[in-house]
Amino acid sequence: MTRVLLIAEHDGAMLNLSTAKALSCATAIGPTDIAVFGNDAGDVCAAAAALSGVEKVLNVSRPENAAPLAAVLAPQIAELAGDYTHVLAPSTTFGKDVMPRAAALLGVPQVSDIMTVEGERKFQRPIYAGNVVTEVSVPAGCIVAGTVRTASFRAASNSGSAEITEVSTGAGLPDHSRYIGLEAQASERPDLQSASKVVSGGRGVGSAENFALIYSLADKLGAAAGASRAAVDAGYVPNDMQVGQTGKIIAPDLYIAIGISGAIQHVTGIKDAGTIVAINKDAEAPIFEIADIGLVGDLFSLVPELEARLG
Amino acid sequence: MKILVCIKRVIDYNVRVQINREGDGVVTDGVKMSVNPFDEIAVEEALRIRERGEAEEIVVASIGTSASQQQLRTALAMGADRAILVETDESLQPLASARVLHKLVEKEQPGLVLAGKQAIDDDSNQTGQMLSALWGRPQATFASKVALDGGKATVTREVDAGLETIEVDLPAVVTTDLRLNEPRFVKMPDIMKAKRKPLETIALADLDVEMPPALEVGAHMPPPQRQAGIMIESVDELVNALKEKGVL
Repeated sequence: MTRVLLIAEHDGAMLNLSTAKALSCATAIGPTDIAVFGNDAGDVCAAAAALSGVEKVLNVSRPENAAPLAAVLAPQIAELAGDYTHVLAPSTTFGKDVMPRAAALLGVPQVSDIMTVEGERKFQRPIYAGNVVTEVSVPAGCIVAGTVRTASFRAASNSGSAEITEVSTGAGLPDHSRYIGLEAQASERPDLQSASKVVSGGRGVGSAENFALIYSLADKLGAAAGASRAAVDAGYVPNDMQVGQTGKIIAPDLYIAIGISGAIQHVTGIKDAGTIVAINKDAEAPIFEIADIGLVGDLFSLVPELEARLG
Repeated sequence: MKILVCIKRVIDYNVRVQINREGDGVVTDGVKMSVNPFDEIAVEEALRIRERGEAEEIVVASIGTSASQQQLRTALAMGADRAILVETDESLQPLASARVLHKLVEKEQPGLVLAGKQAIDDDSNQTGQMLSALWGRPQATFASKVALDGGKATVTREVDAGLETIEVDLPAVVTTDLRLNEPRFVKMPDIMKAKRKPLETIALADLDVEMPPALEVGAHMPPPQRQAGIMIESVDELVNALKEKGVL
């Protein structure tokens, strides 16, 4: 009988939205339990239990699980996976780090970046930076291990009330890896990965100072701020703002690309967005080939005008 | 300390990949091949560690057909000391590659293994993590900074929320992200010199690796395309169009 175990992503206090998105993939395969590895992460368990479609939340609480260390979590995931046919995690840096380690311990291949569920053991996934989609099947007899491309799935809603069970793991845990800390970019804006609106700037913005235009419009819209790789490489903004194949792959309802030419590697990161708006002075820019609404002109006059019109 | 760097031969970063006529793969005939860019960063990092006096020997390894010698020679020209090719005509998936690399690790006993975080062909992002699991050693993936201190490595990792730092005991596997370094250009005399550096070839069958179950790979298709929308002339029109779509 099909049973899916989804590994929750969280920071000890809040459940990451990627979990709710990956859950939609998981429940398309079969009945799903969510495992929360943490240290007294009760709020996270409660948030996971509230997601619609969850059968049960497994609270795996022990001091070693306070930080998301792959070498510590993987043996525990492999241990719990024995009761399931599938074990999944979101394809975020968290899931990409931990899931292959668990799959190797289980001796099974992993399906990375599941885009669509074609059958219980058959999936589509992107390769070659999203330029090709391929169909892969997991052979019978193997636990299906996979990561879910979160931009391909809508977040499950919050109308569930699953039971929370305490689960202890007996796996011996290594002490060769230690968590030191996280240096997060302090920002009052919504998180880029989960925001419903995103305003991004590219090389056309011209400088770090000029990015004030992007931030100002983002704040007016209550949007997250992003950037193209060109803007990151030019040093205008930090790398964690990067949207694209080598940055974050996102699917907001509204994406506004300002001064971004639309290189394939950027487009790969936004092609699941709801509405894409492009503002660029070059009418031939490839971004206009995929934008729903295109406006050709000088961003330095158009962006402040747009902000003013939003009242 | 010895560093083992794992590299893969892939279609060059600048090539526009095309699906073959059979729809079961991509066109590789006459296509430019290169060292996977993330692996090139791994080679560069090994060289920098040696230049700081923290390593003595750099061994590069690859798994593939004899054509992969070309990429190993590139790594030797960059400055690696010797190379190992595990030769096979089969295309190995990450778990199989990890098992092969584990055999090499047992043989070579490196203090550090470096590899790219993913290969830009199948984008799996698995092999480094799988190797460290099989080896029972720490992993530090998506590295943007690596500092060695005695038997430990402090690694800054590029994660979605920002920069995470972890400390791992050596030996360990570190996988590289884009911002770790900028690989050096190879100079002509170095290419000549690399031809005389040792390159050992081992047949895959001779390593006695138990092949794990593999994914069955089916049809290859173009990704779903977005269609171009409307072009508008003014900010007023833009605001109206967004209101119509209900996104404002």
